[in-house]
Amino acid sequence: MKTHTIPMLAIATMLSMVSSAFAFGAAPAPPSNVVAVDAPDDAGEAIILSWALSPNDIFGTLESDTQATDPDLVVSVYYIERRTDSAAGNGSISEEDQGWQQISESAAGEVTTTDRKVQRGWSYSYRVCAVDIQKETSSWAATEEPVRPIMQPFNMSKAWLAIFMLMFGGLIAYFINVARSGKKLWVRPIAGLAAIDEAVGRATEMGRPVLFVTGIQDINEIQTLAGLTVLSRVAKTAAEYGAQIEVPTCRSLVMAAARETVESAYLAAGRPDSYQPDRIHYLTDEQFAFVAGVTGYMVREEPAACIYMGGFYAESLILAETGNHIGAIQVAGTAMPSQLPFFVAACDYTLIGEEFFAASAYLSDDPLQIGSLKGQDYGKFISVLILVIGICFATFASMSGSDENVWGASKNFIKDNMLGSAGLLPTGSGDTDIEGDDS
Amino acid sequence: MKRFVPLVIAIVAGFVLLIANFIPYAEGWGLTAQEWFNILAVGAMVLGGGNLIKLQLMKISSKKAGWGYAAVTVVCFFAAIFIGMGKFGVHPNELYPNYAWSGYYLEEGSGMWWIYQHMIVPLTSTMFAMLAFYVATAAFRAFRAKNTEATLLLVTAGIVLLGRTYAGVWLFEGWLPDWLLWLRFDNLTVWIMDVPNTAGTRAITIGIALGVVATSLRILLGVDRSYLGQD
Repeated sequence: MKTHTIPMLAIATMLSMVSSAFAFGAAPAPPSNVVAVDAPDDAGEAIILSWALSPNDIFGTLESDTQATDPDLVVSVYYIERRTDSAAGNGSISEEDQGWQQISESAAGEVTTTDRKVQRGWSYSYRVCAVDIQKETSSWAATEEPVRPIMQPFNMSKAWLAIFMLMFGGLIAYFINVARSGKKLWVRPIAGLAAIDEAVGRATEMGRPVLFVTGIQDINEIQTLAGLTVLSRVAKTAAEYGAQIEVPTCRSLVMAAARETVESAYLAAGRPDSYQPDRIHYLTDEQFAFVAGVTGYMVREEPAACIYMGGFYAESLILAETGNHIGAIQVAGTAMPSQLPFFVAACDYTLIGEEFFAASAYLSDDPLQIGSLKGQDYGKFISVLILVIGICFATFASMSGSDENVWGASKNFIKDNMLGSAGLLPTGSGDTDIEGDDS
Repeated sequence: MKRFVPLVIAIVAGFVLLIANFIPYAEGWGLTAQEWFNILAVGAMVLGGGNLIKLQLMKISSKKAGWGYAAVTVVCFFAAIFIGMGKFGVHPNELYPNYAWSGYYLEEGSGMWWIYQHMIVPLTSTMFAMLAFYVATAAFRAFRAKNTEATLLLVTAGIVLLGRTYAGVWLFEGWLPDWLLWLRFDNLTVWIMDVPNTAGTRAITIGIALGVVATSLRILLGVDRSYLGQD
């Protein structure tokens, strides 16, 4: 018995060593279905690569039960390699790029990556392998045929945006032409704008200045431009009444533009001698330092009227409340939905969103600009129409209990294509890339 | 000419950015326009800084009200320029160890970093913290039940304020039947925020979007030139 025990032990030890050696050398299964496609709606500058997860990837649906996977073979990362197959035009492929080059790594569970370091018109092949936690690599899974990034002439994901823009632009251009032909157009009065003249008049009577703040954004923002157009009118009124206007700015370029605006307004009012450029001055780019500067001025000089027209953030309430404490008549206008409640609570009049943008046209009394307002109103009507139609489709789809009918398809078309980025027509891919929720 | 050239620049830049949004080939044009703007903005900083110092010095020389603040501004302005441009406390960049000024000006431990961390951040936080008091006074005024709308606002705000705290649950604990649980303030808050509030916000947002299109077109077509100083 003893004579058999030692050889048996030796054989068992050897078998165990061999099996553990094999386990150490085992590699995970490779990913599959490696597909490379040209990125849509771009200038031929990207290729999208996708693959199916390795069976040893615990993020895979079938491997979600981690106990079913050999822990040594669990995929930790995927290596992605690229080979340049052909060049376009006079370009030449470097020797390095003619072979496989690793371009990136993707973590376990990821099934797609975008290669943005490609040349338009060149063709590329890709291959992917899975790497386990022991750094063992699987065999490679490659694309079946090379892919060539090409430039699309138009970004189709924004097709409906372009259509809406052309539609609204056409309406506005049409009404501008109608106004140009001499037809009188009626637009509803905006209470906040009528209050501006009243505020400037009050400041004149009290012998105190008018404070005008154009927000804290730079001149390249549309809200600042809209604010400057209102400033033009306020400055003209102030010049006519003989009131002083103070314009602290948060950006140097805004200061330069505001000076031009106010100077022209004084000139138009026939009071160029009253124009004081130093009253339009730069404070600082820093948000709260700007607020400190402006509120300090408000407390010291006590302007009779404070007008805030532009893009504001958290400083809106500090400015408006300080103005309220000094008893100034306050008119505000902004297109920042989050700041509107603060202005409504603290100011006498507030131009809400579109009213703010309408202000410059409304104040100008220029028929051409009034025409654009009319076009804006019709644009609003079309928006409401689409909204009502969408609500009807959504309601009918909900009542039918399924999206697999004409109501559901129509609802999805409005949501995904018209308001989303799924392109001009439905493709059936169910792309729902849309901001906000569906509540 | 003084109006014409800026108008042409504005129109061209506007159309370039518009086209860049829809035509993939022109995507880079938008970035180029943005870079040009940044260059202009940096140039204008000199103008702004010069104007700031000029006004503060005038205030000091004429001893106008608050001239002490002007003196502080001038001292801080030059101190920040001196410390920032001198890159005090900044170590040379690892890639260029022989160049004393090659490091990042806001490197941890540097003079400019100290100013930022120990002066700008606390001062900014102080101003921001003051918002709490302003919110309280503004809310007090806004919530006075002067008329039906204000009363409605007061009730809604009360529900949302309580619903955001544990009181929204605690007030109804133990006595509200299950079929009336939707009346609990925390549930009502969710409904108020998701339905009426979202609807109102979206209506405002749609109006803003149309306003932006109309204003942009007025500027692009040269109909509205008041921002250039022409009414």
